[in-house]
Amino acid sequence: MTTTNTPRPPHQVLDGADISRVITRIAHEIVERAKGAEDVVLLGIHTRGVHLSRRLQAKLTQITGREIPLGTLDITMYRDDLRMKPARALEHTEIPAGGIDGKLVILVDDVLFSGRTVRAALDALGDIGRPRAVQLAVLVDRGHRELPIRADYVGKNLPTSLREAVQVRLADTDGQDAVLVGDRDYPQASRSARRESAAKAPAADPTRPE
Amino acid sequence: MKRHLVSAADLSRDDALLILDTAEELAQLSGRAVKKLPTLRGRTVVNLFFEDSTRTKTSFEVAEKRLSADVINFAAKGSSVSKGESLKDTALTLQAMGADAVVIRHHASGAPARLAQSDWLHGSVINAGDGTHEHPTQALLDAFTLRRHLNPGLGNDLSGRRVTIVGDVLHSRVARSNVLLLNTLGAEVTFVAPPTLLPIGIDNWPCDVSYDLDAALAKTDALMMLRVQRERMNAAFFPTEREYSRRYGMHGGRLAKLPEHAIVMHPGPMVRGMEITAEVADSPRCTAVEQVANGVSIRMAVLYLLLGGATLADAPGTNQSEAAK
Amino acid sequence: MSSYLIRNASILGGPAQDILVAEGTFQQIGTGLTAEADVEIDATGLVALPGLVDLHTHLREPGREDAETVLTGTQAAAKGGYTAVHAMANTFPVADTAGVVEQVWRLGKESGYCDVQPVGAVTVGLEGKKLAELGAMHDSAAGVRVFSDDGKCVDDAVIMRRALEYVKAFDGVVAQHAQEPRLTEGAQMNEGQVSGELGLGGWPAVAEEAIIARDVLLAAHVGSRLHVCHVSTAGSVEIIRWAKAKGWDVTAEVTPHHLLLTDELVRSYDPVYKVNPPLRTAEDVQALRDALADGTIDAVATDHAPHPAEDKDCEWAVAAMGMVGLETALSVVQQAMVDTGLLNWEGVADRMSHRPARIGRLAGHGRPVSVGEPANLVLFDPAYRGTVNPESFATRSRNTPYRGLDLPGRVHATFLRGTATVLAGELVEPGEPA
Repeated sequence: MTTTNTPRPPHQVLDGADISRVITRIAHEIVERAKGAEDVVLLGIHTRGVHLSRRLQAKLTQITGREIPLGTLDITMYRDDLRMKPARALEHTEIPAGGIDGKLVILVDDVLFSGRTVRAALDALGDIGRPRAVQLAVLVDRGHRELPIRADYVGKNLPTSLREAVQVRLADTDGQDAVLVGDRDYPQASRSARRESAAKAPAADPTRPE
Repeated sequence: MKRHLVSAADLSRDDALLILDTAEELAQLSGRAVKKLPTLRGRTVVNLFFEDSTRTKTSFEVAEKRLSADVINFAAKGSSVSKGESLKDTALTLQAMGADAVVIRHHASGAPARLAQSDWLHGSVINAGDGTHEHPTQALLDAFTLRRHLNPGLGNDLSGRRVTIVGDVLHSRVARSNVLLLNTLGAEVTFVAPPTLLPIGIDNWPCDVSYDLDAALAKTDALMMLRVQRERMNAAFFPTEREYSRRYGMHGGRLAKLPEHAIVMHPGPMVRGMEITAEVADSPRCTAVEQVANGVSIRMAVLYLLLGGATLADAPGTNQSEAAK
Repeated sequence: MSSYLIRNASILGGPAQDILVAEGTFQQIGTGLTAEADVEIDATGLVALPGLVDLHTHLREPGREDAETVLTGTQAAAKGGYTAVHAMANTFPVADTAGVVEQVWRLGKESGYCDVQPVGAVTVGLEGKKLAELGAMHDSAAGVRVFSDDGKCVDDAVIMRRALEYVKAFDGVVAQHAQEPRLTEGAQMNEGQVSGELGLGGWPAVAEEAIIARDVLLAAHVGSRLHVCHVSTAGSVEIIRWAKAKGWDVTAEVTPHHLLLTDELVRSYDPVYKVNPPLRTAEDVQALRDALADGTIDAVATDHAPHPAEDKDCEWAVAAMGMVGLETALSVVQQAMVDTGLLNWEGVADRMSHRPARIGRLAGHGRPVSVGEPANLVLFDPAYRGTVNPESFATRSRNTPYRGLDLPGRVHATFLRGTATVLAGELVEPGEPA
């Protein structure tokens, strides 16, 4: 055993350029696998999935020359851990005008972790309509799945240990683009400090079960 | 938010806006194929109605079912001591059944407050109208309707909006809850009624008072008509129905004197020909039907915020300290 | 009968003296008494007052023995320092005949803790329509001199006039529960700011004041004595002050709770604060205190109104009206009147013993603490500080608004004609050797 008890500070694993490159790659994969992305509907999962889905849509528009329908999905009411905290405020769910029936819905999120968020999102979709198929795009897959769920498009596979936290920062809310990994009990990245910053601008809680 | 919703005074501005914003999200549900959310699965909500009220009960029931709660309707006619089971025994029964929330409508002012303060049950108490005291979810749905028309947008309040409430303020729980909530949200409230239908001490309420409806119309963004029961006439609150209608009823002529953007609200049930003519009630500026629809969203929001997260029932052992507050 | 030597008692708050009680009377009073006695009581720091007299007690027997009996009620009275109580007539059956008043009177005799002077109803069944047999009740063994429909108002002006006139024949007095019935239909609490906010039916001050105004004029017109029960408003005080200034024979009482509590308490919707007349505003409380201090109000009367738990453990609207008060009266008066400097102990003795006895024409009570007088005495410890615990009450009911409240003072001992009914704060069975 060579592990040390001193928590390690977060270190950057993806920078802004990496993230941009990754989104471009995913966009191309979508166009390729979805045969021109003709019936694709992007649904971003709050909070960072929404920002990522917006960038993805912009990229897809560049590639296909068409505007891909884009919506947002709040999965709060479908969470399986609602009773662990006081009731949370809801985010906005916006389904594009054409709906999702018969479409290829691509869910977009920042980090794939336990799979519980995606499970909730699938339940929510079932109540909204009947897509032809549902796929999942994530910026980072950090492993440790607790449900039989996998991503169709992965920006980066990031092997992590459970004592680590993955932070996704996006310019839209956090001032810069970056993905960081560090120990979750590292003081500066402590929960309370992150909550404070979250109060100002909603920042990802990397310790949140995904 | 507090654990109970007994009075509109229980709500801070942030609480009230959270409810309105949540309701705004939940309102989308009515356009969906499956108008149901799994959120309150396993939660038991009891509708404890000591007074007939089809509309309020139905509204709560729809809200509860859309959130997948187990719904128990407990029609408790009569009242304690004189006519059967006491409120206390009823409450103990509901506690034994594991009620996570009790939605109570009662003819006695203060009955929900009694339930909330007692250690008879541990669930949340939601006041669905008590006597001539309060009806906080009605005030919330009114505020929701007002915001949609006068200051739409998440996070917005009602600051500076002028709401004129007309009619039997003395006996109105709607008026009491509204004056509290509308003040919390920054609106300016004016009561218009004959002096006999205003409570003693209203001078100290956070509102203006006028006896003259016509004088108030031009300074009104929303006019809220209260139901006036014909029986009041027999208790000499006013001479005749006709005289009441003439002085305080809403008709087409008065509608024309309202600013163009102003709406006419009514909590229902309307007494057509008394406080409101058919012409006004059926006009597109009357929001009575819209208010009913908004009621479901508001009640869903309240139920979700009180029961959707961790509650006392999820943390046994804290019951006593909380109940003793 | 035991004899008692009470050491260092402060009679009416005066310098410490010894009191020898024997054979039912005060035998000696002075400093450093050397007399022999069966029991010696160290009364250092205790105030000695004449046994208290309550003009207004609901003993509930016959009919509502679940709330109180004459025995438990007189035990509560003794613990509160009372040696005589007037038992109100609203029992089941109503005390509107010689038979019922004699029954209550006899039960009082049997209890032995406190003298019970029955009050007779003014009208048959308290219905306000037909005079009860007032003379027969007076002539009975109970010797009734105070008549009242308490709980209900004698609102018919003619009936009230006749009653006032009729009882002159035997020096009786009508004690009026002043409440205009039409103005108080559906009344639940004081009408004012709080009732408006709570949506509870209002009991306006004018409903009390209008009746008092009418009654003092009637009493003046027919030259009769009038006693006003539980005065609760500043306006009532003004009317009574005016009537007294006219020289009319009007007396009045105030309850301890109206000297201390206000309608703000109703905001809790806890029916323990539901009482008739209702708790009023802080301005009313101050006016009542001032009136008691200057003698406009003659007496403190408890309106001790016991109710079983289920009649209070419910919604406000259906809850019974009334509070128990015998065991807390002196403490409340200390807090409201003595500790505020409005009344000294001599004044307390006047308002809680001398004057109520005189209004009720009660022989042997309300007498001075002096040699040769009947030994009706209470020893009160004004320095005591404690929290009101209803579970320790002698009354059968627990509907006290003071639960958990810190009130000053405690009754240390009570003597009824030389017999201890309370010693060291605990009841003593009458006749039981101490």
